[in-house]
Amino acid sequence: MSHHPNDVARRATVARLLLVCGFLGFGWAFFRAQVLRNTEYLAQAEQNRFREVPLAAPRGIIYDRNGRIIAENLPGYAVSLLSPSADSLRSAMRRLSNIIPITDDQVEAAVRRWRKNPTRPAVILPDAPFDVVAVLEERRVDNPTLVIQSTPKRYYPDGPAVAAFVGYTGEVTERELADSAHTDYKPGQQIGKGGLERSYEAQLRGREGVRYVEVDARGRVVRDVGARAEQAPVPAPPLRTNIDMDLQQFVVGLLGDSLRAGVVALDPETGAVLALHSAPTYDPNRFVGGIPAEYWRGLNTDERRPLYNKVIQGRYPPASTWKLATAAMAMEAGLVQLDDYMPVPCTGGYRYGRYFRCWKHSGHGNVNLRQAIEQSCDVYFYQVGLKLGLTRLVAGGLKLKMRERSGVDLPNETLPQFPPDAQNYFNQRYGTRGWVAGSVSLNLSIGQGENAQTLINMARFYTALATDGKAARPEIVSRNPERVQIMNLSEPQMQGLRLAMAGVVSSRGTANSARVDGISVAGKTGTAQNPPHPDHAWFLGFAPADKPRIVVGVFVEYGEHGYVAAKIATSVMAHYLKGATAPVVSTE
Amino acid sequence: MTRRIPDIPLLLIAVALSSFGIAMVYSAGQTDTITFVATLWRTQATWFAIALAAAFVASRASVRFLDWLTPFAYVLTIVMLLLTLAIGGGAGTAASSKSWLVIGGMRIGQPAELAKITVVLMLARVLANRREPPESLLELWHPALVVGIPWVLIMLQPDLGTGIVFIGIFFAMLFWSGVNWRLLLLIASPAISLVLAFSTRVWGAWFVLLVGLVWLYRPYLVEGVVLVCINVITGVVAPILWEKLAPYQQKRLLVFLDPSIDAKASGYHVIQSQVAIGSGGWFGKGFTLGTQKRLNFVPEQQTDFIFAVVGEELGFIGVTLALTLFLALFLRAVRISTRANDPYASLIAFGLLASWLVHVVENVGMTLNLMPITGIPLPFFSYGGSFMLASWLSVGILMRISREGRGRGDLAVI
Repeated sequence: MSHHPNDVARRATVARLLLVCGFLGFGWAFFRAQVLRNTEYLAQAEQNRFREVPLAAPRGIIYDRNGRIIAENLPGYAVSLLSPSADSLRSAMRRLSNIIPITDDQVEAAVRRWRKNPTRPAVILPDAPFDVVAVLEERRVDNPTLVIQSTPKRYYPDGPAVAAFVGYTGEVTERELADSAHTDYKPGQQIGKGGLERSYEAQLRGREGVRYVEVDARGRVVRDVGARAEQAPVPAPPLRTNIDMDLQQFVVGLLGDSLRAGVVALDPETGAVLALHSAPTYDPNRFVGGIPAEYWRGLNTDERRPLYNKVIQGRYPPASTWKLATAAMAMEAGLVQLDDYMPVPCTGGYRYGRYFRCWKHSGHGNVNLRQAIEQSCDVYFYQVGLKLGLTRLVAGGLKLKMRERSGVDLPNETLPQFPPDAQNYFNQRYGTRGWVAGSVSLNLSIGQGENAQTLINMARFYTALATDGKAARPEIVSRNPERVQIMNLSEPQMQGLRLAMAGVVSSRGTANSARVDGISVAGKTGTAQNPPHPDHAWFLGFAPADKPRIVVGVFVEYGEHGYVAAKIATSVMAHYLKGATAPVVSTE
Repeated sequence: MTRRIPDIPLLLIAVALSSFGIAMVYSAGQTDTITFVATLWRTQATWFAIALAAAFVASRASVRFLDWLTPFAYVLTIVMLLLTLAIGGGAGTAASSKSWLVIGGMRIGQPAELAKITVVLMLARVLANRREPPESLLELWHPALVVGIPWVLIMLQPDLGTGIVFIGIFFAMLFWSGVNWRLLLLIASPAISLVLAFSTRVWGAWFVLLVGLVWLYRPYLVEGVVLVCINVITGVVAPILWEKLAPYQQKRLLVFLDPSIDAKASGYHVIQSQVAIGSGGWFGKGFTLGTQKRLNFVPEQQTDFIFAVVGEELGFIGVTLALTLFLALFLRAVRISTRANDPYASLIAFGLLASWLVHVVENVGMTLNLMPITGIPLPFFSYGGSFMLASWLSVGILMRISREGRGRGDLAVI
């Protein structure tokens, strides 16, 4: 090599220059990463090691009007797994299945939850029984990706007694998550599934909190960092309802488990729902945290349809309870007053094209409107219907809001069935020549034909009868009481109607057997034909007759005769008004 | 003319680097889930003691003695590399390769570490024996063979990282022996072609420059033609062939070249290393307190990625300190090379410097994703006995060369 000092010195200078430049370059690279981009990398490092563990907020407690608890929260346990991938989640659950029971379905459900939100711990057991939690806590060291946390669990102290209106809670489903209304929900969270829990979900939900755990590269929990104060769960405020649990319990006891019936009790002035029950019932507590398959199957195959709410979903011909609607229309039109008689007295039927029967085959004789209401004379109302004519009958029904939902604050209320108009609807349904306006009027006038109402909508109509003609929207939770004038009758006319209805529950009337000592009840029975099955029984009424404080609607499927429903209704009124105990009625 | 005073600055720098390194190996063991790494710092400290002794012994050997020893050491190295290929085994991330000499189930050491020194010695000997530096490609066959034999044996293990070190040593020592930079460029041209092949235009510009160089430098005709042909092959044909490979085949080839690469996981590792360093900030998270390291996000934190721990825990200040120490070491080595008494000693000093430099650039660059990932350790820092020993043997040899070199006693000047 050339070892002349000048050459060496020159090369050494080049080498030194290259070295210094190279190291300055390195220095710059580190300066950029560590100083200039520090915040970004620091955030990534934090994201690496912290996992959010959601802390469920306690749902709002639901109270009745007297402060009795309808829904509360009990301590429960949720078991989750932190996992970097779906496969590792599967294998971790397989390992766990050696010590606790885990089904394949649970594994797949957990994987689906993980896919929806991989950075959240995947819930594997949303509601773990205490013995399972105890086993897991013992083996925690072997399963460092486990996250066990206490989580509030919904509980309904009166379970089956409140099922008809309270609903239940459950894990939010994938369908619900896909819905744009639920964008702020995450898999594994609880959501109200029915009844008040769903109607008031936004209020009952509370704000979920967050706790952090520190994990290592394999997702094993190294330590619990805890929650920052501002990220603690915020419990939802309580929800006060109009329900009177004492009355509700009385209704539930009255119906027992053998009847297929619905009962609703309203405050006529405000529409406050005092009691609402559908029998047979089910236990919403068993729905919380996943419905057991065999319980669900049992409820769905039960021919009495416990899941079908007979107050807000059941839709039946209103039968004779409708006669008050016909009467009110006729009086408002000035066609008939309470003391007026009809041209044809009742001889057990009325001929109009074909022979239309009265329910009483021996006939009611010559009766006025008051008596016709008391004894529910069909022949009288056939003639009122003919006088009104189809156009006024349909328009009157629409004015009485018989084609609208009652607006009760419960989900899934069924829309009543009623003709939207007097011509086109029937033309479309039967063909232009396939129907006769008179016959249709006859049927409509006694609550049969193209008319099917929910119990709650009929009850709303009766709040108008019980007051000054204003129908009150039923409200389980007081919002803004909404009353709509649906009848324009004078005060004496209203009083007269109420008096006639009081006659129904008297020795003269159809609900003679439902009388209760010391309380004047006004109402109307109904017996809806249901061939080939036994008839359905209706009763709608209020008490006290002169100054009503409670409206009660009762519907008994296959109840055979209206007085069956009337007996239940009058017992409920009596209990509410004087706390009297009344005998339990059965269909026998 | 022999100086009696030992090269104290060199010694201090090397001791500082080693102490720094052992402290980092200790920190690397401080994880939330305790692993075998926790106690490695003691082993490393023991190796440090052994290495100091070895360095002392090496510094007692005169350059003349080294000169005499070199051929034997070189042949021994080749034999050991052959033995390793026959009965070797792997370890750590490169478990499938054969880099360890295993006898009776005992891992004796990594002959490649020894080879890094003996190749420097042998190459120095070959280059020093020439009056003039090689001036044509043909004249380079002898030095190329000296490096080529062990290089092939190491690439067969396979160990791409160490292979790169040999190439670095080769070029650095040719440069120090006075080989014209244009010739160096011509030798390096196939590799440059390969790197620039990603873009046809860039490669095209390079190719025009290369042809110009060939015309200017006027090598023998055959040489020139061969060189241009090789460039065409590496720059045009190789990328096309590479593209035709299925991804799994590409991966297999990469893993074949360097088994420590797990093509899928390595990207993740580099990201975590960058996050560790970047999150360190000015002053770091504190010694032993790096979260990326504690929670095992930093891969191979005691060996290949130990510099990420430095960056995370000691911040930019710590990184600057470490890099300054390395720069000081290298500048000192340049000084020793410059003042060495004879070409042989001078070339040895520069070769040892080159060996370290390639390690540092590749390893540190890798932690920031400036260099591709190869399983190459950081001198004085990474855990490993053979490497510690080899590094300190180098220090010992440099001490000796420094002592025999011309000096004016200005110790403070690096």
